[in-house]
Formats: sequence, structure tokens, C-alpha cells
Amino acid sequence: MPVAITLHPASDVPIFRQIVRQIQQGIVQGKLQRGEQLPSVRALAESLVVNPNTVAKAYQELVASGVVESRAGRGIFVAAKRQVFSKQEEKRRLAQAAQQLCAEARLFEVPLERLQKLLAAEWNELQPPTDSTKGPTS
Amino acid sequence: MSDAIVIDHLTKYYGQREIVRDLCLRIPTGSIYGFLGRNGVGKTTTIRTLLGFEEPTRGSTQILGEDSRHLKPETRARIGYLPEGHFVYRWMTVAECGKFQASFFPDWNQEIFEAVISHFRLTPKMKAGHLSRGQRAGLCLALTLAPEPEVLVLDDPALGLDPVARRNLLQSMLYIMRKPDRTILFSSHLLSDVERVADRIAILDGTTLSVDSTIEYFREHLCQYVLRFEQTPPAAPELDGLLESFRSDRELFVTLANPDDKTEAALRALNPKSMEPVELSLEDAFISYVGDHGEKTFFTKDLGAA
Repeated sequence: MPVAITLHPASDVPIFRQIVRQIQQGIVQGKLQRGEQLPSVRALAESLVVNPNTVAKAYQELVASGVVESRAGRGIFVAAKRQVFSKQEEKRRLAQAAQQLCAEARLFEVPLERLQKLLAAEWNELQPPTDSTKGPTS
Repeated sequence: MSDAIVIDHLTKYYGQREIVRDLCLRIPTGSIYGFLGRNGVGKTTTIRTLLGFEEPTRGSTQILGEDSRHLKPETRARIGYLPEGHFVYRWMTVAECGKFQASFFPDWNQEIFEAVISHFRLTPKMKAGHLSRGQRAGLCLALTLAPEPEVLVLDDPALGLDPVARRNLLQSMLYIMRKPDRTILFSSHLLSDVERVADRIAILDGTTLSVDSTIEYFREHLCQYVLRFEQTPPAAPELDGLLESFRSDRELFVTLANPDDKTEAALRALNPKSMEPVELSLEDAFISYVGDHGEKTFFTKDLGAA
């Protein structure tokens, strides 16, 4: 799987939620493409060394939110759905990233004007979001 | 599904001392149970009673449907038990340990034995008495797993293991569970390991069982709040389920079991500037739950004097 999941077992985030978030992240970042197959519950549980029920629970949540789909007898696939995070979650994530960026800028005494220029440059660097209808790349 | 292990109102005394009081626990076939509790709360005694090495003072225990006091040899052969402390016969070689153990188990799987010992980088000719603690643990694990037991009871198997060996142990446990009729009960103090592999946890606290739930449920029902104040915070109010509270300069931390609207309202009545729930890791939740309760006054005295 092109998304390497890293577990932090002592974290305050339950393991199944860590799996959910990292797969969501992988889809948003385009590391996981639409139609791509995810590892089976057993395979992922083995590679992460966690209880298979934990992986099953993570997949259930991803299926319930429509981010991945379960095809009978074939496995779990990344769904066509573009809206991976809820609006609220999107807002929370952006706010968190913005807060971190601003804190760093303040620390280095970078004025807002320069920060905005930097943001604009980074914004243009990034590829426009592709319609990920292509087959899997790996 | 049936229960592989049944503990029915188990009470155990050593002389005048009560070790376990009225413990009831059912472990369904097919599950991995983490058995938690601080040192000296009776985990090992419970496990030893389950295996028939101790007589219950009151109550009874069953394993694979048989009373622990009268386990038939055939039933014992279906149970794997790893005692605390990783004992080996020091004069035997690794291979001899395997041969000796195999004679008690008709379903001995030599392949598993060899796989586990090589996993722990042991060779057949090594003397058991010359092994390091971690290597001994590996040998004991191989001896316990090779009979392919239906029920596996591990008493603090991770004690003294390095991180790699611990990961091997967890992998072995999950490997055992590939067959659907297998059951594992293991005691541990390593909560990050428990969180990785256990379906459910049972917590012994002061001789009695106080939790029997999924890890999720346990975490969701222990809640910490941080309340921020303009001035020195007030003491935490008397609340049902209050486990601990901690005051710093401008903050009050309160950890509660089973908080409801009423407890939240009582906290809001303190008029904090802000109040937020804090997620707890399994370890933090466990520590608040079984640790010493009440207010932690560690720093507050100094702060008050300043």
C-alpha cells in the first residue's frame, strides 16, 4: 500500500482512529487513488501488529463515511467520493495548520506580508487538484 | 459462542489475607483478554487458580468447560500456560527442552517451535542455563506455543523483553488467533501492547474486578477536563466518580469516571474562563483509574506560598 501507516500506541488517539485518519490523509494527498485496493483486514493487522478487529473497525468507519467501499468478495477500495473529511473536520485541520504556521512566523519575526507572499508562492507550487479518475499508480 | 474461561465468584485467601474477592469473569472463545492491575492485586493468584495450582477458598473456575481442580490430562494438553518469570530447566539445551515438552503434548508442532526459537535468535544447541532473560522468554514462548494450545494463558509474558522481542511476542499472539477457536488471557503492565492486541480488558483493583469492557468503552468512560481560570483555581467539588484532580497556577484538571450532564454542570458552576475535555491515552486512563485517588497536591502548596 502506498500509504505507510505509523502507529503511536501511547497516543491519546485510539489505534483505530489513527488508522482512519492516516488513510483519509493518504486519499486527500493523492497517495491513495480512487479505485485503488486497500490491504485486507488481516494483511494490514499483520503488518501493523494489531488486533484484526481494530483494523475492521477502522474500515467500517471509512465505509460508513463513504470514503472507501467494500465490494463483496473482492475487498476494500478507495471510493470516488471527493469529500473525505466533514466540513467541520476540514475547518479544524486548517485552523490547526494555520495556528502552527503563524506561531512559527511570529517566532522568526516574519511580518504578515512576507508570510502571505510565501503562502502564495507555495500555493502556486502545488499541482492543481487532478481529477483522480486514472487507474492506480504506485 | 461458548466461554473458554469462566471464573465464578472466586475468592481466595492466603491465611488471613484476602487476595481475590468475589471475582466473576467470562472469557468468550475467540477473544484476546488483557488482564490488568497493579502489582499484588491477585492477577497471578487468579491465573494459578484457573490452571488448578491453587484451590479457591470460595467459588470456582473453569477452563474449556472443566473445573480447574479436576482438569484431565487431555484437557491440559489443550491449554498453554506461560508462568511469570520464564522458568527453564537450566541443564537442558534448547533442543532438549523442546523434546521434553513435546512428550506431554500429542499435537506438538515442531515447525512452530523452530520458527519461534529462530525468531528469538536461539539455536538448538544453546544451554538453557546460559540464556539471557529475553532469550529465556523466547524459549518459554516457543515451548508454550508449539503445542498449538486452544487456550493460552500468559502471566506477564513481556516482563524483561526488549522492544523487538516484545513485538515478536505480540506477533506470535496474533498468529495463534488466526484459528477462530483460540483464546488468550494475558496479564501485562505494558498498556501500549495491550492496546495493540487485546479485544477487551479486565482490571483488578484492590482484590476485586472493577472493569470488564472493550478498551474503547473504558477510554470513553474516563474523561478528563481542563478548566482555566483568571485566578488561582478553586478545589474540585465533591462529585460522583471523581478519580483525581490537580491544580496548577491557573488551571484545574479533573478526571472523572462516567461523567454525565450533572457532573459537567457542577464543573461549569465553578465559573471557569474555559472548560475543555482532554482525551486520555490508555495508560493515562489506567493510571487515573487505579492510582491513588483524591487531589494531587504535589505543587499547589508551593504555588500558594508564592
